[in-house]
Amino acid sequence: MTNHTIHMKTKVHFLLALACLSSAALAAPETFDFKDPKGVNNAVFKLDAPLEAINGNATGISGTITFDPADPAATKGKIVVASPSLHVSNSMMQQHLLSDKCMDAAKFPEIVFEAKELKNVKTNGDTTTADVTGPFTLKGISKEMTVPVKFTYLKDKLDQRVPNQKGDLLVIRANFSIKRRDFGIMPGQMEEKVSDTIELTLSIAGASPQ
Amino acid sequence: MSKKVLRMVAAILILAAAGMWLAMGANRGWTKTSVPVQRTDEVTGITVEDYQKRFVPGVDFLGAALLGSGILAGASFLFRKQQTQS
Repeated sequence: MTNHTIHMKTKVHFLLALACLSSAALAAPETFDFKDPKGVNNAVFKLDAPLEAINGNATGISGTITFDPADPAATKGKIVVASPSLHVSNSMMQQHLLSDKCMDAAKFPEIVFEAKELKNVKTNGDTTTADVTGPFTLKGISKEMTVPVKFTYLKDKLDQRVPNQKGDLLVIRANFSIKRRDFGIMPGQMEEKVSDTIELTLSIAGASPQ
Repeated sequence: MSKKVLRMVAAILILAAAGMWLAMGANRGWTKTSVPVQRTDEVTGITVEDYQKRFVPGVDFLGAALLGSGILAGASFLFRKQQTQS
């Protein structure tokens, strides 16, 4: 074996090792931060009522999700909604909503959903759908829930939202409902006027800077 | 204050409230003190509703005006008829 051949072999080995390392790095799980500087992340709530449905939103979203595009089933993390950021379009209703008679936002400032396990994971291109199971905590009461979630992985799109910031985005959308009585929100009260079911819609985007 | 004045104030109150309700969109829901304005993020496609302060009277506003007007009109009946001297 000539010196040249040995040199070539070393080079090939080095390149192979480099390729393995970079593919491992690409496949590594990424942590996405959901504190959105653009303030579009939101959770919408709706309760049916005879005259007009009571609806509003919350924009105080934070939390982190660890997502691996090569293995979405391993997704874990926590999304937090700040209770004081709940908003409805009537100021008297708003005061009542945040008061100790309803959400008691001062005592329970966070609504939390923690993703612990994913089932029925289906990926099509950049989009993954899954049933996410974990504890949902509202007004200090935790209940295990399974929520259908859609993840959209937007590779290298962070700089389109935040100039000069390279990285990826993860968009999460979920629609599910909870019962007022399960979380101590005026349980059994005024059910003929305001429905027991609260419909929730979560639309959030997280950033993973590189 | 005569009964005539009270009845006139009651009529003005209900007419003004009804006019204001009609002029501000005849909202058949609850009164709103802020209204949602939609904003969409082009990259993520997420739509959020930002609330802008604006007063939109609803049917509860009309009801309150009707109640106030009814109380004024009812109070006018407490006045006795002025007796004419013969």
